[in-house]
Amino acid sequence: MADLLNPVDWLLALLQVLLFALAAPLLAAWVKRIKSRLQNRRGPSLLQPYRDLRKLFRKEARVANSASPLFRAAPYVVFSATLIAASTVPLLAVHLPTAILADVIVLVGFLALARFFLALAGMDVGSAFGGMGASREMLISALAEPAMLMAIFTLTMSAHSTNLSSVIQHVLDSGLLLRPSFLFALLALLLVAVAETGRIPIDNPATHLELTMVHEAMILEYSGRHLALMEWAAQIKLLLYGVLISNIFLPWGMAQQLEPLPLLIGLAAIAGKLMLLGVVLAVSETLVAKMRLFRVPAYLNLAFLLGLLGMLSHVILEVGV
Amino acid sequence: MNLAQLGLLEQSIFVLVALALFLSFVLLSQARLTTMIHVFAWQGFLLALLTAIVAALGDNPHLYISALLTFLLKVLLIPAMLHRLIRRLELERHQERLQKQALVMMAGAALVIFSYWVVLPITHMELAHIRNVVSLSLAIVQLGMLLMVARRQVVAQVIGFMSMENGLFLAAVAATAGMPLVVELGIAFDVLVAAVLFGVFFFHIRDSIDTLDVDQLTRLSEEER
Repeated sequence: MADLLNPVDWLLALLQVLLFALAAPLLAAWVKRIKSRLQNRRGPSLLQPYRDLRKLFRKEARVANSASPLFRAAPYVVFSATLIAASTVPLLAVHLPTAILADVIVLVGFLALARFFLALAGMDVGSAFGGMGASREMLISALAEPAMLMAIFTLTMSAHSTNLSSVIQHVLDSGLLLRPSFLFALLALLLVAVAETGRIPIDNPATHLELTMVHEAMILEYSGRHLALMEWAAQIKLLLYGVLISNIFLPWGMAQQLEPLPLLIGLAAIAGKLMLLGVVLAVSETLVAKMRLFRVPAYLNLAFLLGLLGMLSHVILEVGV
Repeated sequence: MNLAQLGLLEQSIFVLVALALFLSFVLLSQARLTTMIHVFAWQGFLLALLTAIVAALGDNPHLYISALLTFLLKVLLIPAMLHRLIRRLELERHQERLQKQALVMMAGAALVIFSYWVVLPITHMELAHIRNVVSLSLAIVQLGMLLMVARRQVVAQVIGFMSMENGLFLAAVAATAGMPLVVELGIAFDVLVAAVLFGVFFFHIRDSIDTLDVDQLTRLSEEER
């Protein structure tokens, strides 16, 4: 555990959060670019999301007549809750001072807080689309959360801790082990991550098609800096799930000491892992068609079943006598 | 028992067994017959791979033959026969959703826990990890049985029957390093003959009652008219 009062460590922790926020649009752009390539298009530049965000921040924010103060506050709550959630996830180094915060249940709680305000904001103006989007989002998250917790409990049962840093340290210490429970937890988390970040079989982030949109329906009334914050929060959430999955299941390369060289290696390692994960996401989005909303419970049931099987195979196969 | 004390090959046995269990769940929930046959073939493939690994680990050369036999029969021949069968019965696009899918899946998970609990008292075996594999293979047998109970389509029930046999085979390979080769040959050909006979019966059933839904078999045909 790092020294709690060391200012350099705290500076590093802050820098890591900043890096999280700054790198998030890049991952979204990377996925979009690979997807375009797979569809024989050139695709926008990797800097396009940054330009979009800058443009939106400069624009005037318009608010509907029927909006309550909650509508104005929601983007800030959503953004900061997502950013705090991101700050609990170890990005480059295992042991930062924020490691005490890095509890998985806290992480899930912050994400739930962000989602709660997002859904409230969707319903606030009273437009039909907002309410529809909010109800769908709640349907998806109510089914995704148990699956995610089941997968996470599987991990925490092997590491005997719900602290993310301890889980990662445990995986690093035990070396290369073929654990069936981790395999199932990985698959379950991948399915949940796709559902929670609103990617293709569940929701399509690229369209405003009235009958199918979920996330877009809730932020339909937003403009200007409010919209920018909402979009940025969604990108951070995508990066958060990407980092969570790659750092828990493939933690190799993460810095174990807070020194320049290990940190640089950690940066290169996480960039490589995320690029790979982005390619996997883009390929799967190209291969799979969007699902009807009423098929989503079956999809998330599969995620839950995988989590459950992970836990059972941990108890039966790995703990033994 | 500590997983870290085992070699990579032993660990991969666990992964394969767990994947076979997962495929049993997939079989249980899969609506399309064609996909069911594919999944069944994959389960057979896992079994063949596992047999080969056990053969390499325990120096049992006759298990290589049995792995090869499993591969030929369960991955290539029987799935091909089933595919031909459903093509001739014109069931390629047949879909059958389970009536209460979530309930059946939960029952499946309960069966896994139950079989773990059943195998728990057997503590006098030489290796503890073998016992765990036995409990999962027992679960695969019971999931096959659950599939036969939950499904009403005859071809799906036959696939359930064959995945039950997969579970038995798995238990035999993992617990005792395989049955004597003669017994294994006998069982393999029994399954093959069963597949052929089932095919003949399907045509008879369809000719006489014009459907392959077993719920229709409980009614007397006289009553209808």
